[in-house]
Amino acid sequence: MTFFDEMRQDETTRWPYQDFDRWFSRQMPDDLQRKMSDAEQVFRRTGITFNVYGEAEAAERLIPFDIVPRILSGAEWRRLAQGIEQRVVALNAFLDDIYNRQEIVKAGRIPVELISRNEAFLPEMLGVRPPGGVYTHIIGTDIVRTGENDFFVLEDNARTPSGVSYMLENRETMMQLFPELFREIRVRPVENYPQLLRRSLETVAPPACDGPPTVAVLTPGIYNSAYFEHAFLADQMGCELVEGSDLRIENGRVAMRTTAGYKPIDVLYRRVDDDFLDPLTFRPDSALGVAGIMDVYRAGGITIANAPGTGIADDKAIYSYMPEIVEFYTGRKAILQNVPTWRCSEADSLAYVLEHLSSLVVKEVHGSGGYGMLVGPAASKKEREAFAAKLKARPGNYIAQPTLALSTCPILTGKGLAPRHVDLRPFVLVSDQVRIVPGGLTRVALKEGSLVVNSSQGGGTKDTWVLDD
Amino acid sequence: MLLGRTANGLYWMHRYIERAENIARLVDTGLHVALTSSSDQADSWESVLQSAGAAVAFRNRHGDVDPASAINFMLRDTANGSSVLQCFETARSNGRMVRTALTREVWENLNTAWMNLKAALANPVEEKKLPEVLSLIKRESALIRGAFVGTMLRDERFDFARLGTFIERADNTARILDVKYYVLLPATSWVGSSLDNQQWESILRSVSAHRSYRWVYDVQYKPANIIDFLVLNPRMPRSLAFCATNIVDNLAYLERDYATRHACHDTADSMLAGLKSTTAADIIDRGLHEFLIDCISGNNKLGNEIAESYRFY
Repeated sequence: MTFFDEMRQDETTRWPYQDFDRWFSRQMPDDLQRKMSDAEQVFRRTGITFNVYGEAEAAERLIPFDIVPRILSGAEWRRLAQGIEQRVVALNAFLDDIYNRQEIVKAGRIPVELISRNEAFLPEMLGVRPPGGVYTHIIGTDIVRTGENDFFVLEDNARTPSGVSYMLENRETMMQLFPELFREIRVRPVENYPQLLRRSLETVAPPACDGPPTVAVLTPGIYNSAYFEHAFLADQMGCELVEGSDLRIENGRVAMRTTAGYKPIDVLYRRVDDDFLDPLTFRPDSALGVAGIMDVYRAGGITIANAPGTGIADDKAIYSYMPEIVEFYTGRKAILQNVPTWRCSEADSLAYVLEHLSSLVVKEVHGSGGYGMLVGPAASKKEREAFAAKLKARPGNYIAQPTLALSTCPILTGKGLAPRHVDLRPFVLVSDQVRIVPGGLTRVALKEGSLVVNSSQGGGTKDTWVLDD
Repeated sequence: MLLGRTANGLYWMHRYIERAENIARLVDTGLHVALTSSSDQADSWESVLQSAGAAVAFRNRHGDVDPASAINFMLRDTANGSSVLQCFETARSNGRMVRTALTREVWENLNTAWMNLKAALANPVEEKKLPEVLSLIKRESALIRGAFVGTMLRDERFDFARLGTFIERADNTARILDVKYYVLLPATSWVGSSLDNQQWESILRSVSAHRSYRWVYDVQYKPANIIDFLVLNPRMPRSLAFCATNIVDNLAYLERDYATRHACHDTADSMLAGLKSTTAADIIDRGLHEFLIDCISGNNKLGNEIAESYRFY
């Protein structure tokens, strides 16, 4: 398999990287290595860590940071942004349709079982229209590249996408380490994301809000893997970071316990999964949510972002229908391509997948974070056989995709630059309008040849530049 | 506006930092006494454990007192919730919980302190490394305090944190005095005995006051002066009066900000008034031990009232 390298093609530097390359060739390798370890110190001191599930005593780990930026030209970005905007508009229209009239099902464009038998579908949301008509307010669209003009959407994270704090901290760190670089090269800023997020959330305040909206971030607490991000965003937005134990229902509103009594919240940016949101409606054993919040929500007393039930739009089985979904709601062909996907629930596809396991990537329909997936080409025969048994037992739980020739971008190693595979997660805000900061989180597989970029599987991150051209 | 849980986190973060620093000072004192005193080493460490409020927990875990295990217990035992390491662990998880209420500098100093102390206390500390580790603990807490005083907005967040600091400090000072109350009684203490001098010196040293004492009083240690210094002197930063003054001030700011007076305000005011209207001689007449026990329980009550008034839970 040959891979598209974003920096170098046949000994020449692709033009978005030319200014950087010129700067880079003037640097002393030792200085760069020292900057690398400076960066690590900064991350450690700041506590920019994530918790790895299943490790002893909830160890906090750093996500490795690579100092070589991932660079996109303004033109490349504009096309991506258009495609993403089209997609998130379609996702919201789809959610509104699914929880109300279900036209797309009636039109026979997607099978009814895919909705009715889907764990991510919440019957509790039927007939509910969230404030502003927005269901998924914050989306992280995972994009991979395989060639000069070949971008694919790998996943639409429409539930509670994370990683935006790394996008911001990576930029901050780069600006501290190499201020001169930002004077030489014009990079579009991402720093205003928290303000945009706050404005976006305030715009969808519920009918019960009479005055400037009170926004809060709901976190499961300090042991959650993304706690750093929750605190970071609350801090940057200037709003409270609340836990379930701070909240209760008072006078038909969700209220937080302050030192001067209970104060109502208008917009809750929740980083708690649907299941844990309301013990009265969903998992009764949940202590992470608020008993009764769903009743308040349905009565227009609070905006929950993202709305409960948005998982129906980003599950991997629905994903395979995204080209149809985009066309159905926007009347146009999707600008960004989907990765070809076999739905193992279909007998023909299952047979194909079982036969070609060694060349495919198989994922759980509801999985995330790189857990529970099989990368065929990298797996041993034994691993493939074990996975085939799981596949046959619950085919509907899986989809398969070809192993993509992910583009590479260089990282700095002890021996200089070396190409590693990358993906890209831009962050999208939806309310009265769609807002996308130019850039996103570039995740990079640090192991030579590895195609898995997830931080839980040893991936790192890079600052992502969109050039102001 | 501040979450009750955040006020609680700020309060306890600062209580634990204060506690860690006091434990380090107590160990320092123990070390000093052990080096200079002819008396039984085990006895002096027993009394240090008592001052730290850790004697019972220690005995349940280790039985007889020996210097190495006493030091280990106070500095790094995970089974001792008030060991320096556990104090920093708790302070840091509280800080992490309330990091949106801290300046970046306070958080980074706290986080760095936690990382450095975890490394320094990863293994039992050798005797020759002990002074270095103890000064590291004091330095790290001084850095946190410096960042805090230098960068925090003087609002309710500041007040709740300060309340934690001074309630913990008052408790610690009262306990240190109480453990040694018998050496300060007139019957057992006559000026000039070298043993007593050492005991008194160790009391002053454990609150970093052996030098400043001489700036205020005679070169000779006198029980009434020591009591005056550690209980009543409003300028001595670890005295009960100094703590009470700060508590009253911080509560007054809260009263003004919230335009509400609570039970804790009355308790604090009467605590301070009591300290202002008494003398060292009164305290000795009344019984130093009884006086200190009252102070400790009054201080506890105040802490609970603050937690209740400001909805910590």
